[in-house]
Amino acid sequence: MNMIQAINSAMDIMMERDPDVIVMGEDVGYFGGVFRATAGLQAKHGKTRVFDTPITECGIIGVAVGMGAYGLRPVPEIQFADYIYPALDQLVSEAARLRYRSAGEFTSPITVRSPFGGGIFGGQTHSQSPEGLFTHMSGIKTVIPSTPYDAKGLLIAAIEDNDPTLFFEPKRIYNGPFDGYWDRPSQNWSKHPAGAVPTGYYKIELGKAKIVRAGEALTILAYGTMVHVCTAVVAEAGIDAEIIDLRTLVPLDIETIEASVKKTGRCMIVHEATRTSGFGAELSAIVQERCFYHLEAPIERVTGFDTPYPHSLEWAYFPGPVRIGEALKKIMKDA
Amino acid sequence: MASEHPRANLQPGQNLPRLALHIPEPKFRPGDAVDFAEVDVPPAGEARRPDTADKASGFTDLAYTLVRVLDDDGNAVGPWDPKLSPDVLRRMLRSMALLRAFDERMFRAQRQGKTSFYMKALGEEAVAVAAAYALDYEDMCFPSYRQQGLLIARGWSLVDMMNQIYSNTADRLGGKQLPIMYSVKEAGFFSISGNLTTQYPQAVGWAMASAAKGDTRIAATWCGEGSTAEGDFHSALTFATVYRAPVIFNIVNNQWAISSFSGFAGAEATTFAARAVGYGIAGLRVDGNDALAVYAATQWAAERARTNQGPTLIEHFTYRAEGHSTSDDPGQYRSEGEPNAWPLGDPIKRLKDHLIQIGEWDEERHAAQDKELAEQVKAAQKEAEKNGILGHGLHQPLESLFDGVFEEMPWHLKEQRQQMLDEESASGRPWDRKA
Repeated sequence: MNMIQAINSAMDIMMERDPDVIVMGEDVGYFGGVFRATAGLQAKHGKTRVFDTPITECGIIGVAVGMGAYGLRPVPEIQFADYIYPALDQLVSEAARLRYRSAGEFTSPITVRSPFGGGIFGGQTHSQSPEGLFTHMSGIKTVIPSTPYDAKGLLIAAIEDNDPTLFFEPKRIYNGPFDGYWDRPSQNWSKHPAGAVPTGYYKIELGKAKIVRAGEALTILAYGTMVHVCTAVVAEAGIDAEIIDLRTLVPLDIETIEASVKKTGRCMIVHEATRTSGFGAELSAIVQERCFYHLEAPIERVTGFDTPYPHSLEWAYFPGPVRIGEALKKIMKDA
Repeated sequence: MASEHPRANLQPGQNLPRLALHIPEPKFRPGDAVDFAEVDVPPAGEARRPDTADKASGFTDLAYTLVRVLDDDGNAVGPWDPKLSPDVLRRMLRSMALLRAFDERMFRAQRQGKTSFYMKALGEEAVAVAAAYALDYEDMCFPSYRQQGLLIARGWSLVDMMNQIYSNTADRLGGKQLPIMYSVKEAGFFSISGNLTTQYPQAVGWAMASAAKGDTRIAATWCGEGSTAEGDFHSALTFATVYRAPVIFNIVNNQWAISSFSGFAGAEATTFAARAVGYGIAGLRVDGNDALAVYAATQWAAERARTNQGPTLIEHFTYRAEGHSTSDDPGQYRSEGEPNAWPLGDPIKRLKDHLIQIGEWDEERHAAQDKELAEQVKAAQKEAEKNGILGHGLHQPLESLFDGVFEEMPWHLKEQRQQMLDEESASGRPWDRKA
């Protein structure tokens, strides 16, 4: 399966297993979604469980919160993460706080799916990575898969989870892994081991990172598309890096991170999102606090620049092989 | 490069008269004499009562008038008279009077430093209480912060409400919420949020869920006229009309959003009920100080929702007789004469007059009831204060601060909790020095 099919399968299975799961969003119903993630679901599960919505993100999330309060388990889609901002109030002030402010009388067991990230010539409003806005907000979980196998397992876990969860789908790797070489032919998931996705039910626990490549020289913390870019760069550079795919940003798998950095003594953080106050800053602070006496070099961050996501200069902006390669040299300089 | 556009060669300033920006201004400011003659109050009984199955497009006239049942002499007149039994009328009057007594007592408690904050519903008692009587107990209410009357009309414990106001040991919300931001799932009263109008689309979602599950329960929600300016208002009405959601939208037009008069929400140009017209939603404009009109409109809207005819928007035309909250002084921005000059009068007095007019009540019984209710509230307050008041320090265990952020506490919250407790015990300066 590719990642779209894996995500589709996760929703399909959850709708079969739980009559309270419903899917809603712009173009998700009859048409099956602009990325085809919900294709066939309405025909199979019916219009009252999979339906199109008006174009109002605050409405989509607000309505989902109300449905959650009733007892449903909504899986709303925001067509692009760049368009999640109109729903911020409902996510931050409502979904994230409902359990806390009502002392558990009401909850928001909603899973907000949204395609995110760049690398597709999406320009300013089809490329953003706003995860740092949400990891900053208490009460919300944030999940970002990097493979079809993980996408399905994590999405099922998110839908079953009783807390509001943001599920950001890196659209650059919907169809195949992307190593950052935009000028080479694209790959597809059929040749990748993580493209082998069981057709049935399984889940991957939230809050657990995955060591994608074990190594001794340094630790690379990444998620989403950047996991594949880092893997390719590390292979080319012939450096024995330990690459950790965080998978869940909140709650974070601190044990895996801490053990790795204490072992390697070096840490590089890579994300597409802009640098200042991005999630990388939190990762860097955590590593510094917990692994200070093990660090042999300053923590490196390779991120998007502090600019809006550009169109024609996309590959200068994107933290690709060149930038990651140079950062690798820098962090390994004294090794 | 010369433009061929016909207006391209005009000089600046040739557009005459010059444009002027309109900034709305209320009729009366502090010190002004008040005359509400311009407020259009149609006679009671005049508005027609359509069938609940009629198309929303035919209700435009009802969005610009006022549904009124009680006339100036206390008679119930016209097609909207719900014809309630004297017994129900007396219970409704009692709930409204109890709400007023509760407000009075809690307002004073704030002034006495027993709690940090309070908001009264003075003059708006009919809006919440009469609606509660017209809804089923199982229907879900998504209130704003000024519908405590729903809880009181549903017979909810005053002590429990006060515990929340005092953030004391018995506070069902564990001291996590600002006073009056109640949450009572058992009484169909959704958790109040400080963020305005967020409850509007949530009510629609709840109603859609009920419909999707083939349930029979409906949802009702409330916001002030000022809050109709929020984007959530538009989202909610759009969703409700698209899915024909079984929901009742109430706009409590009490003329004031803190210091901003209703003109800043658009009232100079149209009514709030008229908002419904453009969405294809049934819209009613109701005398919000007429408990029978509020009851009748709510009952009508509920029947419409229950029969899958879709949503209704009700504008309750009323007046916020008190300051916005205990932190507000209305004397700074409006005339002191306004509450008494308000042409729709006082909702409790009007219902009382009606009961007297039909021979089912008298001034003596009313005075006795007021006394009894004041005693009831006083007794509840005494009971609640046994569990502590906010002014007496912390009532919840420190570590409970971290409970309920997530269903299960993740490591980082456990770590922060431990850090807090370690710092507390190491400091020798306990947080709760009064305990």
